[in-house]
Amino acid sequence: MTEVRVAGVGLTRFGSHPERTGRDLFAEAADSAFADAGVDRTDVEELNYGNFMGALAEHQGHQAPLMAEAAGVRCPATRYESACASAGVAVREAVRTVRSGEADVVLAGGMERMTNLDTEGATEGLAIAADDLFEVRAGVTFPGAYALMARAYFEAHGGSREDLAHVAAKNHANALPNEYAQFRSEVSVEEALDSPPVAEPLHLYDACPITDGASALVFVSAEYAAENGLDAPVSVTGTGQGTDRMALADRADLAATPAAAAAATAAYDDAGVGSGDVDLAEVHDCFTIAEVLAIESLGLAEPGEGISAARDGRTTADGDVPVNLSGGLKAKGHPVGATGGSQIAELTRLLRGDHPNSEHVPDAEVAVAHNAGGTVASAVVHVLEVAE
Amino acid sequence: MTDEGAPTANAGYDEWIDALAAGDGHALVCPEGHGSLPPRRVCPECGAADLAGEPLPETGTVETYTVVHVPSPRFADDAPYVTAVVRFGPVRLTGIVRGIDPAGDEDGVEVGATVEADVGERETDGGRIVAFRPVEP
Repeated sequence: MTEVRVAGVGLTRFGSHPERTGRDLFAEAADSAFADAGVDRTDVEELNYGNFMGALAEHQGHQAPLMAEAAGVRCPATRYESACASAGVAVREAVRTVRSGEADVVLAGGMERMTNLDTEGATEGLAIAADDLFEVRAGVTFPGAYALMARAYFEAHGGSREDLAHVAAKNHANALPNEYAQFRSEVSVEEALDSPPVAEPLHLYDACPITDGASALVFVSAEYAAENGLDAPVSVTGTGQGTDRMALADRADLAATPAAAAAATAAYDDAGVGSGDVDLAEVHDCFTIAEVLAIESLGLAEPGEGISAARDGRTTADGDVPVNLSGGLKAKGHPVGATGGSQIAELTRLLRGDHPNSEHVPDAEVAVAHNAGGTVASAVVHVLEVAE
Repeated sequence: MTDEGAPTANAGYDEWIDALAAGDGHALVCPEGHGSLPPRRVCPECGAADLAGEPLPETGTVETYTVVHVPSPRFADDAPYVTAVVRFGPVRLTGIVRGIDPAGDEDGVEVGATVEADVGERETDGGRIVAFRPVEP
């Protein structure tokens, strides 16, 4: 099986760019990725592009050829959609394509444009990741769905809003030096607790922001990297994906995310590592409770113990396994269709040593990315390792 | 927004919510006992094609709930409202709890509460919703 290297990563600044087109955002990220990789864009053999709600936000379907143009590549181009895991599945297929020997160079990533919509429009757009007949018509919003999970978690395991506020404070602190982050400002536990309710028990500072942005990654075979003298020290050694019942109410356990656990098991097995080998993680903290559920699914905390991980300092920058050193979706931002690619970009920078938070993980060798769609009806997990 | 003008027809779902409104709420149950809601051709858990209709219990138990303050447009005039997930025998239903004060500390809903299921209307646009009402256990 061909080894897959991350040759280059590119990101736009995450934030509010309501006037910028999706094609311009992705073009910037792709440009940065090619520059970082030192790969000629004419060598790209496939484009795997993630996007969730472009048909609503930009009235633009069929985005893959448009983004191939924007990136200046002419090759088979496909849009992947798995709600907030869209870029995760795009990355996964890129990894599988290079591994299979089908291609030596694949461009993957994603884009989402959201702030051109008002809050109601964005809320409506995000809600379509839920079951329209049985959830959305019952008033389930995206924050509402995670609020249902948060209360179920509290009932099953205990925990409090204050525990969740520590997740928010941690991720905001991590985002401070990150030049790509939407929010580079601290949020205290008290401020998070005092923020207005969105869907109780979740409040405003439990939620990620509405974000515009794009991510792009150049994946190459190890042979291509060697032949072209690329500096590509990070390898994607594991990939896994899981699926669960679409509607939250149909899940066996409302306080766990087995699709992510299945994805993690598959990715760890694929890489030949265990959860105990993981040095750092980027997880899908669209809401603070989502980080709790994620680290339990990844085996970084036992069921019922993820809630206290941030408060106890186990997942902070100087903790045993730092989680979301980028700032996470919570503070770095969550351009839905770009997020799964952004996580790989951030982990690559952290492992290479050129991330502003690399100083917290100087000896890290194994990193894991967790990207989830909807209320984790879809989940993708990747393992990255330092190969040289 | 699917409820503006003529309602979108969703065969299977529409008949199911009509039945719930008429007091004939039901679930589909496979030979293994897995419950699901229509339209279904096979059991989503095990793929069995032999699905039988089974009446829902008269009352259900709230397993989780949220008070939604920031709604989507079609619930704009309903907020704040309480969405709950309620166990009714072989299935859970997701719906809106009526007959309580969503913003109040007292007389709200709580996990473990007993409710009955009916069909109500969204205040915003009159669209039909699964509605729960607390009952004495």
